[in-house]
Amino acid sequence: MSDQPLADSVAPITAAAPSLGELFRAFALVSISGFGGALPWARRMIVEQRKWMTAEEFNETFSLSQFLPGPNLINFSVVYGSRFGGAAGAAVALAGLLGPPLVIVTILAALYAHFGDLAVLTRILGGIASAAAGLIIANVAKMAEPLFRRRWNFAPFVAIVGFVAVALMRWPLPYVFAVLAPVSVALAWIWMPRR
Amino acid sequence: MNDDNPLIALFGYFALLSLFAVGGANAAIPEMHRVAVDVMHWMSDRQFADNFAIAQISPGPNVIVVTLIGYHVAGLAGAAVATVGMCGPTCVMAFVVARFWDRFKDARWRIAIQAGLVPVSLGLIAASAFVLARAADHNVFAALITVATAAVAYWSKVNPLWVFLAAGLVGLAGWL
Repeated sequence: MSDQPLADSVAPITAAAPSLGELFRAFALVSISGFGGALPWARRMIVEQRKWMTAEEFNETFSLSQFLPGPNLINFSVVYGSRFGGAAGAAVALAGLLGPPLVIVTILAALYAHFGDLAVLTRILGGIASAAAGLIIANVAKMAEPLFRRRWNFAPFVAIVGFVAVALMRWPLPYVFAVLAPVSVALAWIWMPRR
Repeated sequence: MNDDNPLIALFGYFALLSLFAVGGANAAIPEMHRVAVDVMHWMSDRQFADNFAIAQISPGPNVIVVTLIGYHVAGLAGAAVATVGMCGPTCVMAFVVARFWDRFKDARWRIAIQAGLVPVSLGLIAASAFVLARAADHNVFAALITVATAAVAYWSKVNPLWVFLAAGLVGLAGWL
């Protein structure tokens, strides 16, 4: 990366703009290799293997996809695809990312519809579901660490209120969000260091 | 909402839900569970947990659980409608926002929005873990699997597939 001194000053796109076909193939590959979250695979493909973006550009682009509503990686494919090929690029990247898993999952859904009542299957899926919940707990812990470590921070308060409202009170998400998100953004504004 | 036509209900619910799913599909799990199990009675607690498990062991983005729920409710058409509802509106939004977002890279309001939404999504994802654990863990062994997985995933870089395999085998053995 360092032997390309120009790359940083120029728009990220110029280096090696992938064609629509390459975009589709790349995202299709990411989608079928991405078990348990496809993000690491997307990073590997785009930054390390194809070198279509630097690590910083990738992070920047992904952070946008992350805080936009909706599935992160889906957003990422749209944001990323549109940078390289406008609406067509976005559509192609999205199709690559969603196409193969949709086919696979539809087959699995049909199988579940037929065999979902089999005791054996129920037991296996039960174990996996318990593990999946644990996986999310680990993600939460990793996300929470930097937020809870800072002293005098609004973030823990917001996260805990959100958790209680949605998990314990079981209030509808739209209502919780409509109240909590503006409050949190306002707090972030107030807490922000002045420049 | 319209309860007569499940396709309209599916599309409407997931389109609405997607707009509040800050933090990705996992942040929306409690709301999906609330609507699919408690409000609409589309599926049982166990079926919800099953479908989530299938989505986890399938390749691809986690959001694919929506496709499974849609299929469960209304077959192929349901799968298609639910997926489009969940991904369509937010994709359009992402496309539009991506065009001007970079221009405000250093704007104070942009930084505030980004910083403010992180803890919201954290709370929502934590709620997801709670709701899922409640739907999936019916005894001590199951709860132990959840705790053990959390520990392994937090302290090591083991591929989650191995954990799922082990958990599936424990389930198969009939301990859960």
